[in-house]
Amino acid sequence: MTDLLRRDLTLITAGADLFAAAAESQATSVTRVDWAPPMPGTEADLAAVAGDRRRAAANAEAVRRVQACRAMLVDVLPAGEALGLEATQLLHAGPPIDWARASGPLRGAVMGAAVFEGVVDDPERASDLVVDGTLTLDPCHHHAAVGPMAGVVSRSMWMFVLEDPQTGRRAYCSLNEGLGKVLRYGAYSPEVIERLRWMSGTLGPVLQAAVRSHGPVDITAILAQMVQMGDEAHNRNRAGTLMLLRDLLPAMVTSGFSATDVSAAAAFIGGNDHFFLNLAMPACKLALDSARNIAGSTMVVAMARNGTDFGIQVSGTADLWFTGPAQVPEGLYLGSYGPEDANPDIGDSAITETIGLGGFAMAAAPAIVKFVGGTVADALANTRRMYEITLAEHAVFAVPVLDFRGTPLGIDVTKVVRTGILPQINTGMAGRVAGTGQVGAGLVTPPAEIFPAALHALAGRI
Amino acid sequence: MTAEHAEVRPGAYADSVTLMQVSRSVAALPGVGAVLVAMATELNLGLLDGMGLPVPSGASANDLIVAVRAEDETSLAAALSAVDDALSARRGATGGGAGGAVADQPPRTVGLAARDTGPALVLVSVPGQHAFTEAIDALESGCDVMIFSDNVSVEQEIALKEAADERGLLVMGPDCGTAVVGGVGLGFSHSLAPGPVGVVAASGTGAQQVLCLLDAAGVGVSAALGVGGRDLSADVGGRSTRAALRALDADPTTDLIIVISKPPADAVAAEIRRFADTLGTPVEFALIGGDRPDLTAATEHALRRLGVAVPRWPSWPGRAGEPRAGWLRGLFAGGTLCDEAMTIAALRFGAVYSNIPLQPDWLIDPRDRVDAHLMIDFGDDELTRGRPHPMIDQTLRLERFAAEAADERTAVLLLDVVLGHGAHLNPAAEIAAAIRDAPAELPVVVSVIGARADPQDISGQARILHDAGAHVFTSNAEAARFACDLVVATE
Repeated sequence: MTDLLRRDLTLITAGADLFAAAAESQATSVTRVDWAPPMPGTEADLAAVAGDRRRAAANAEAVRRVQACRAMLVDVLPAGEALGLEATQLLHAGPPIDWARASGPLRGAVMGAAVFEGVVDDPERASDLVVDGTLTLDPCHHHAAVGPMAGVVSRSMWMFVLEDPQTGRRAYCSLNEGLGKVLRYGAYSPEVIERLRWMSGTLGPVLQAAVRSHGPVDITAILAQMVQMGDEAHNRNRAGTLMLLRDLLPAMVTSGFSATDVSAAAAFIGGNDHFFLNLAMPACKLALDSARNIAGSTMVVAMARNGTDFGIQVSGTADLWFTGPAQVPEGLYLGSYGPEDANPDIGDSAITETIGLGGFAMAAAPAIVKFVGGTVADALANTRRMYEITLAEHAVFAVPVLDFRGTPLGIDVTKVVRTGILPQINTGMAGRVAGTGQVGAGLVTPPAEIFPAALHALAGRI
Repeated sequence: MTAEHAEVRPGAYADSVTLMQVSRSVAALPGVGAVLVAMATELNLGLLDGMGLPVPSGASANDLIVAVRAEDETSLAAALSAVDDALSARRGATGGGAGGAVADQPPRTVGLAARDTGPALVLVSVPGQHAFTEAIDALESGCDVMIFSDNVSVEQEIALKEAADERGLLVMGPDCGTAVVGGVGLGFSHSLAPGPVGVVAASGTGAQQVLCLLDAAGVGVSAALGVGGRDLSADVGGRSTRAALRALDADPTTDLIIVISKPPADAVAAEIRRFADTLGTPVEFALIGGDRPDLTAATEHALRRLGVAVPRWPSWPGRAGEPRAGWLRGLFAGGTLCDEAMTIAALRFGAVYSNIPLQPDWLIDPRDRVDAHLMIDFGDDELTRGRPHPMIDQTLRLERFAAEAADERTAVLLLDVVLGHGAHLNPAAEIAAAIRDAPAELPVVVSVIGARADPQDISGQARILHDAGAHVFTSNAEAARFACDLVVATE
């Protein structure tokens, strides 16, 4: 039975302000919802999905599974071994894409990877091989993997292997190359290839030996700590990188590799503030994959971009992608680069926002508020806004400045459509032209129309 | 030289009542000819065209249009600045203004609001097609919900009430116009004293009539829980009525419960009566229809059960003339008041045509004129889609008043005026003006529903109507009988 008549009246109003004012004039405190109509043309789908009796329990289960997942770094392996890739098989970020529509940075990274694998000598030849089918492209997300920016992965690149001990499920991500002219931003010059060779020849093996000797590293625990140390795990990974180095360095030293190699590896990791990004991403991927395929769940389990299209996948719609044009981020540019040099949004790194880190946890990372309008108040507002479109608050990832409130967890398609508030993504910006590399970093949102499309598909499955 | 302005503000939103107030206040400025500040719905774009204002292209129903015609550029500029002031005042009221700290944004969904408040009562008055989504959000957040919105399908209503039953919550509505909870009047409500009577109402204006008659008799109310006009239909099966009865039965301040409903399904009414017999608190029924007691009679019965003397209900009848040949025409803002009047008239005359007919074969389109007894509920879903309720905006009803008054076959006009919080602040003045424009010999009978402490001043409103020549009653049933007495049935 309702307690309505047994407690003092607490009133929430949504709609005509007249009634809120009338109640206030009778000395009642009123919480007004700043209601506005949902995205146009979505009323029927919203009502259908709202009325889906599976939804509440399905979403609760999705949230439960994400939080139950523990991501342990258990090994470091070449992609050929980890994923069984052949020399002619390349993975890339984002939803599937035809070569004809592939963006500059994605093309540049594919060209560099083809050179790196020795499939071609001249990077310009790679295009013909993709067109004639010799080289195949497939999304990382279809192989339990994620890749930042272009996200191109080939057989000889080494990957972090993360495992959830409870279920034995795994997720994979390549090693981070650092900033500037790097493959993931579409650069493929000789220095880029040279760095990749060193990473495969030295960095990967050193890390493998260190991880195997140290034993599994709890990446979820590092994520929880770094969020309290000023990182949001997308555009700032400084504390996470240092914690990883702290854990692995002793085992690196005793790995049997030369002091020169260990020193170079330690300097490379410590000198790249984004090194941990490639562990944060697969940790998010592992957790979110556990929430896939729950009938009736409206939770987003992946947001990813290939430089042309922005795609989302939703728990209740299995492996379908809902895609729209990727937007050009707004933000800060390196050197003399400007908006005309930037490629539209690219990379699987929005998996961090999908779990509620990155742009969603902006309030935890005041050091990088320059990306969100410049003030700490903007950062707080950003995170607060994301609570509007999420299902829960993370039990482990807590934001100190919000009184240790959990980060906004589990993007709900229905709430995005109802409020029109789009997920806020922190991101790097790649040059539009293949071979350029990074040109800046900033903020971006998905194209709005993919959320009504996902909602429609959810409504069709009731 | 007139000056015109029309613009689309994409994504700006305000509720229709607020926008109407903005339009009205700006139109009253000197030198301003026509103003429409409204969401760009088809209806409003039509209005814009009708006002001879330019219709901007490419606007969707989620965009705000601001259109003004003024005598000159100076008046136009003043009008536009007044529009902006009025709109920003409204944003200030909801805490969403640009001046506030960005970190203190108001919640955008019911669910997020409830995370802060804990269990609450959520009053949903968004346009009907959106109401279900908000109401489900409220229930899933552990809140009871009052749905003022109409145009909610019966399937959605059942789904909401089933979800509420599972969670031990109460759904009041949809189309729940009034409620009293914790001494606070919600929706269209009255200033009532606390007292021993609890009300369960599958009828908004029916509850208002009973509550106001109790007020006139000096009896207060413990709570009034609306359940939606369809709750006692066969489809809905009285789900919320049972939940509300349980809550009132457990309430120590409630000594007597009155169940009020629009014409119910007989089987459901019988089942609810059986359920009421299992409660410790006595239950009185005021179910409109057939030869059951009308609202006034049921209220009198309840008063006697409480040991309270039944007063003479205040009325200001004029001198009744000879009965006239022709038809009785009722123009109502309150659906249950219309039902009650139709029930009384049908017992006297037979068929009464309506958009909410007592029998299916008496159904007519409310825009049609008929050569018969006729009563229209202007608060019905079809006539409120995209526009405010007739208790707030009497435009449609007054237009029809003029048309019926000009029809020589109209023997008598019967109206209701519902006062209280949320209602028009001076509805009597508008009706009085219409009466003065009507033929002097045409009798006009009005029931005024209001409590003694309501903001409009019920006796003042009655006087305005009486002075215009109307016969005024506070009992709708008495008004209906008086009107029937003035009609000689035509064949």
